[in-house]
Amino acid sequence: MLQLLQLIVSGAAIGCIYALLALGFVLIYKATETVNFAQGDLMMVGGFIGLAVMTVIGLPFWLAFLVTVVAMALVGMGIERLVLRPLLGQPAFTVVMMTIGIGYLARGLVTMIPYWGTETHTLPVPFKDEVIWIGGEGGKTGGLVISVEHLVIILATVALVALLYVFFRYTKLGIAMQATSQNQLAAFYMGIPVRRVNMLIWGLSAAICGVAGLLLAPITFVHANMGFVGLKAFPAAVVGGFGSIPGALVGGLIIGIVESLAGFYLPEGFKDIAAYVVVLVMLVVKPNGLFGDNLTKKV
Amino acid sequence: MTAPMLEAVNLSVQFGGLRAVNDVSFGVWPNEVFSLIGPNGAGKTTIFNLISALYRPTSGEVRFEGEVISRMPPHVVARHGIARTFQNIELFEHATVLQNLLVGRHCHRHTGWWQDMLFTGSVRRAELEFRRQVEEVIEFLDLQHYRDSMVVGLPYGVRKVVELARALSMRPRLLLLDEPSSGLNTEETEDMGFWIEDIKHDLGITVIMVEHDMGLVSRVSDRVLALNLGEVLTLGTPQEVQAHPGVIEAYLGGVDDV
Repeated sequence: MLQLLQLIVSGAAIGCIYALLALGFVLIYKATETVNFAQGDLMMVGGFIGLAVMTVIGLPFWLAFLVTVVAMALVGMGIERLVLRPLLGQPAFTVVMMTIGIGYLARGLVTMIPYWGTETHTLPVPFKDEVIWIGGEGGKTGGLVISVEHLVIILATVALVALLYVFFRYTKLGIAMQATSQNQLAAFYMGIPVRRVNMLIWGLSAAICGVAGLLLAPITFVHANMGFVGLKAFPAAVVGGFGSIPGALVGGLIIGIVESLAGFYLPEGFKDIAAYVVVLVMLVVKPNGLFGDNLTKKV
Repeated sequence: MTAPMLEAVNLSVQFGGLRAVNDVSFGVWPNEVFSLIGPNGAGKTTIFNLISALYRPTSGEVRFEGEVISRMPPHVVARHGIARTFQNIELFEHATVLQNLLVGRHCHRHTGWWQDMLFTGSVRRAELEFRRQVEEVIEFLDLQHYRDSMVVGLPYGVRKVVELARALSMRPRLLLLDEPSSGLNTEETEDMGFWIEDIKHDLGITVIMVEHDMGLVSRVSDRVLALNLGEVLTLGTPQEVQAHPGVIEAYLGGVDDV
């Protein structure tokens, strides 16, 4: 029983990372109806920016966290402005190929940094390798062991999601983003600067990726290929019903926990395919996902 | 009568080799209902999209209260006090009627994002005021029953009214209606006519509309501009325009076509 709980906690932590990336997918998809396949690579860039700020400039972790979020928001807005806006009006396929290209480009550029880009780095976070014991005898035997890294991921995700909820629910910009994602033409005539809002959505999505990168870094280290986690976040978004924000969060948690349990209870190798099995089952049982819109047409 | 509220000066638009609108000029006076009519392809909707800045004119310009609006992005035009509806209804479908109406008001709120997030006193006062204004519109158009319904579940006729309500919630000085009666039955069209009259008389809003239903046009319009093939045929009262031989020919075909 304790073991199960232990697995669920660590699964939930990884699930939070998937959830944040899935959230990034969903935000961009809802606003611009394209899927940004560079999501995972943006996370990797965020990890490297955080690393550079901490080791080269020498800022403390929390300050580096802020710098990374701002820098990633700028990166996201820059990508929208320079790469995607010129493609406005092109088929969705073109845009998707472009985002895949951006992902490759990001990975390529990082590995081109001599001695640094190809290495695996440790992000010197203040809570590295610390654990909290819950129950058991004096913190020696038995009880639930939660690593602080996992706890930080879960708490930071909860805080970020709460912040986003308030943002979307109450601020003018949040409401403008929702309006834009539902109907761009109508949004224009409500006085919403749709293009700028789309750019800000890219910024927001990239900033969330940056947060995910910094949270994941203490567990998986920072390296050029850490962005492949994005391949698990995509199923998370699908399970939640692409286009649903709560769906992305729940989907991420489900994938994370299933993966963690599969890694322990099932034979070697099942862990890596668990996410995709969940997606396949979901597509067979409930093709719209958990919180997806019902898109079937009535005749 | 002083200066026209909205003025189109030598408007032309060319799409590739097609001249959709050719040297069209007209003025719309404050507090009148001005209709654009013409057979399909006459350029009515194109002129409409030029006024609301969705298209850019190839030459000429549109002035609203003396200011050139034809080079502004659409969202800026909206902030100048021009609201519009669409032929095929463009609502925020996954939101309630009330939320749809409030969106237009939110954009006119001058509070900072941090104030919004903390929901400070000034934000609360502004929101209460918006809600009161939106309630007036709801009452005006008899939408009380649908206030909290999702748009996606509403019948077409009601959506059409909701779109009108949303435009009115922006408290425009000029309202652009793109085929307000399309898709409505006779009774609903009649209601639409009453509302347009009320919008003019009670709210003092100037209306420009594109409309096919000649019954509605002659009932509510002060002046009518008839177009054909991107050019002005005639401009005058509904009776004058309907009696104009060029208009009859454009709609029914001339002697040569028979």
